[in-house]
Amino acid sequence: MARNITTRRKTINTTAAWMVGLLIFFPILWTILTSFKTEAQAINDPPIFLFFDWTLENYAVVQGRSDYMRYLMNSVIIAIGSTIIGIVIAVPAAWSMAFVPSKRTKDILLWMLSTKMLPAVGVLYPIYLLFIQLGLLDSRTGLVIILMLINLPIIVWMLYTYFREIPGEILEAARMDGATLRNEIIYVLTPMALPGIASTILLNIILAWNEAFWTLNLTAAKAGPLTAFIASYSSPEGLFFAKLSAASTMAIAPILILGWFSQKQLVRGLTFGAVK
Amino acid sequence: MATQHSRSAARLMMAPAVIVLLGWMLVPLSMTLFFSFKKYLPLRGDSVANGLDWVGFANYTRFVGSSSFWPSVQATLIIVGGVLVITVILGILLALLLDQPMWGQGIVRILVISPFFVMPTVSALVWKNMFMDPVNGILAHLFKFFGAEPVQWLSQASMESIIMIVSWQWLPFATLILLTAIQSLDSEQLEAAEMDGAPTLKRFWFIILPHMSRAITVVILIQTIFLLSIFAEIFVTTAGAFGTKTLTYLIFQRVLESQNVGLGSAGGVYAIILANIVAIFLMRIVGKNLDT
Repeated sequence: MARNITTRRKTINTTAAWMVGLLIFFPILWTILTSFKTEAQAINDPPIFLFFDWTLENYAVVQGRSDYMRYLMNSVIIAIGSTIIGIVIAVPAAWSMAFVPSKRTKDILLWMLSTKMLPAVGVLYPIYLLFIQLGLLDSRTGLVIILMLINLPIIVWMLYTYFREIPGEILEAARMDGATLRNEIIYVLTPMALPGIASTILLNIILAWNEAFWTLNLTAAKAGPLTAFIASYSSPEGLFFAKLSAASTMAIAPILILGWFSQKQLVRGLTFGAVK
Repeated sequence: MATQHSRSAARLMMAPAVIVLLGWMLVPLSMTLFFSFKKYLPLRGDSVANGLDWVGFANYTRFVGSSSFWPSVQATLIIVGGVLVITVILGILLALLLDQPMWGQGIVRILVISPFFVMPTVSALVWKNMFMDPVNGILAHLFKFFGAEPVQWLSQASMESIIMIVSWQWLPFATLILLTAIQSLDSEQLEAAEMDGAPTLKRFWFIILPHMSRAITVVILIQTIFLLSIFAEIFVTTAGAFGTKTLTYLIFQRVLESQNVGLGSAGGVYAIILANIVAIFLMRIVGKNLDT
């Protein structure tokens, strides 16, 4: 089974992989480093890598200028809110499709997937109009609803692929032992499904956090999440690289860490179970 | 196993998801379809309440006839095609590299996957300013260091720049999926080929690549659907200038910036049709997987 890999070959692999990895990661690393520089050092030629006067000033300026905390709260509420509602709606649906499949289950699943393919821009104005009519424009409620809807197909699919891996015999055994449907769900199914549900939640928080079509088009100052906060830096203004970096670092740090934990589930979630 | 009772319970449990998605699909879609046959200029006082004039297919022909339509289709195809070529080829190479035994594999994986978690507005702005700024960007410093003239990235090489930014965002996705596919390959098969004296390139071409073909197809289809509707990357970098106006961006401008809802809706219907053509292929692959 085990192939003999020479140390030399392993060293070459390691060096190559680390170089490529660091190259890909470099823009993120550079952003984080720049956020601790002064504006003058941020544009220094040649660029200063590590030996600069580390400062937290940019973070204070960014918070003072645009109330970072409010955008952060909007992002947190929108991402978590839409995910929770999505899970509540999707768990029963995925459960029934996985354990009581009918002839139409496959069609329903594929149809749900097809709603995800709808290009957002194709329905931009109707949603915009409905939001004005219902008073949802620039509100967190409105965004929670929209993001829940666009991610619901992914949630259902991910849960479905996880639930399908739970052996049906165990449920049958529980039923033979006289478990009611309620007990079956609480004591048998939930513990087994929990890891799958957790990964689904994680991936969807990430997707909702980074969504940048609806959040840019349906919000203004009040309900804007971090995507909109960053977009406000799109017009250049004197020296602002360090401030932009600080704002960017604050916007991506929480989700970057969550993302590192969920990389395995990412594949399953984003390929709709086609690659596992 | 399923009794009549559990069947109706199952239907009940499915109902909320189905109803919610049905509404999400039907209501806005039929509104877009409705608007696309109407003259609807909210800024000139048109409103649904006052009734809109029926104009037949005028919006559809005008959208296609406008001077920005074909350039936008071209821009869309170049961006989608360019990003696909770059991410799939580099993704395969990177997946092969990451599959090799090495020290610190977990950390390298994290480094490679990270760009995917950066929100589109951040990655576009970081690239636009800190890397592609013609005076203070890292690339300008680098060019000057080698004695070359710095490039005005987003105006002179706008398409290349956008393709670069978007490829950086999507390369992790392609790599991760292709790596997953490689890792599911039976290593004994490879060893047998190795023992029979098949050279590395042949092993790649005849064993690894065919094994990855389905994952490659999935990557291409899913990325195409997402890439057809990239928005934020263009919104914060060029705002559609310098030939980077994609179909999505053109529709956005028609609908929200110039508030020609009828015209934009007709464009939206075109975009929906385009996305559906791609979606059909993806659904076929996913559907096949469901049967097994």
